[in-house]
Amino acid sequence: MAEIMKVHGSVISTATQRVLACLNEKELEFEFIPVNMAVGEHKKDSFLAINPFGQVPAFEQGDLKLFESRAITQYIAHGYAEKGTTLIIPGKPMATLSVWMEVEAHQFDPVASKLNWELFFKPMFGIPTDNAAVEENEAKLTKVLDVYEARLAQSKYLGGDIFTLADLHHLPNISCAMKTQVKKLFDSRPHVSAWVADITSRPAWCKVVAMGK
Amino acid sequence: MQKGNVSLIDNPIQPAKLNAILGSMKSSKKRQKNRMLRYVTDKKQLLLQNPAVKMKFQAVTLEKARPSKANKVVYIDGAFGEDGDRKEDNNEDIPEDYRRIKHSALAILQWVYGPPLSTAVSRVLATLLEKDVPFQIIPVDMSKGEHKKPDYLKIQPFGQVPAFQDESISLFESRSICRYVCEKYADKGNKGLYGTNPLEKASIDQWVEAEGQSFGPPSGALVFQLAFAPRMNIPQDQGAIKQNEEKLRKVLDIYERRLGESRFLAGDEFTFADLSHLPNGDYLVNATDKGHLFTSRENLGRWWNEISDRESWKKVVEMRKSS
Repeated sequence: MAEIMKVHGSVISTATQRVLACLNEKELEFEFIPVNMAVGEHKKDSFLAINPFGQVPAFEQGDLKLFESRAITQYIAHGYAEKGTTLIIPGKPMATLSVWMEVEAHQFDPVASKLNWELFFKPMFGIPTDNAAVEENEAKLTKVLDVYEARLAQSKYLGGDIFTLADLHHLPNISCAMKTQVKKLFDSRPHVSAWVADITSRPAWCKVVAMGK
Repeated sequence: MQKGNVSLIDNPIQPAKLNAILGSMKSSKKRQKNRMLRYVTDKKQLLLQNPAVKMKFQAVTLEKARPSKANKVVYIDGAFGEDGDRKEDNNEDIPEDYRRIKHSALAILQWVYGPPLSTAVSRVLATLLEKDVPFQIIPVDMSKGEHKKPDYLKIQPFGQVPAFQDESISLFESRSICRYVCEKYADKGNKGLYGTNPLEKASIDQWVEAEGQSFGPPSGALVFQLAFAPRMNIPQDQGAIKQNEEKLRKVLDIYERRLGESRFLAGDEFTFADLSHLPNGDYLVNATDKGHLFTSRENLGRWWNEISDRESWKKVVEMRKSS
């Protein structure tokens, strides 16, 4: 896999950040190609050829084209297992890691994304917040974080004893959420709060945040 | 074991008959053949204490038993007496149903919790069937709120179905259960189901993510509104139906283009990427009036006919009907 890796995306896109965090953790060289979403670059044919869903990020390495941030991170983590941070755990523990990756994708992300949209992005774009949606999703997030609190009381990280993709995948939405009123839901749970402080202070993540400034 | 004259998947031994077969085995002090399997993990012990879970089966194996310190010896019901009553039945005459017993034994090792009617449960069942892996379904009576009770929450903290257990692990989230099964039984059944090299796997992963993130939400919402809500006496939300149909149309246009370039989503072969779409797709096509979204698109229609015609999926549909 000597060919250069290319990531097409936007520094403020949570999904793009997910891939960048992974590449940084793995200490891998890559080319970042910004996609100007404001002018609809992601809907143009040249981009659709790499990601037919017209979303960021998209990934290329030689002839390989991939989309969906979590498929990209898994490809990188498995393909470069020996380099940088081990983001996976070989053998049977991989199954448990996989469970918590799915939890992030299906339980946490939909709810956290909606809250971030309402409380972070809409104000940025001057669109009024839908308070009913905020209330509904805060209630959902409360239930999810209760499960996380119990899990993190037994396990240092979500997937197991070490920092893995299961934790990394949360970084973009957590970072964003911590800048909104949702912060209180994380702060009020001791194990969750400690875990958030731990993962968001990782140098690889800080580099991604710096890119966005 | 899966090859042979007897169709083991179609014809598993029912517990009562198994009991009879085992009861007829003669005792012998000589050979160590056909020891009975005894391995139950702590989790299964916990489960056995759950009155909501009704199971009666024989724990059977035909390999040499390898009891270890970690394994507890438990005889469950029937021919071998109650817990602690060790009747050692060695049998020099291997019964004709040898392989059927062994198959049933393996079935005991893979437990899927939840009703086949659930889309996520059926995703796991289809995968197990594709991989030719025997299993038991452990009923979870959701109408009685069994999925929210403490014993169940121990194995699925979000109180949803499915959950999965085998002799060594407890899992939830259907797609990760399926990945585990494909990995554990890589050499069984459909060997290419999750790809045989990293590039194939990456291609499958991206379409499984697309299914989960782009296809699943709008199709799931439509299935709920149109197929389940009426049965549950929940009023339909016309706004949600319209919104999700619109979203789904856009997604299906993308699938249509993709399936014009490729026979299946991840390439030329049927993979888990396609299978993952079967549960929601099936309800959409067969239980709502939105089937035309699939059938009116040429490539999508062709793909749908092919994947829904797979033996494994047809068996899941059968299981749903008889549940």
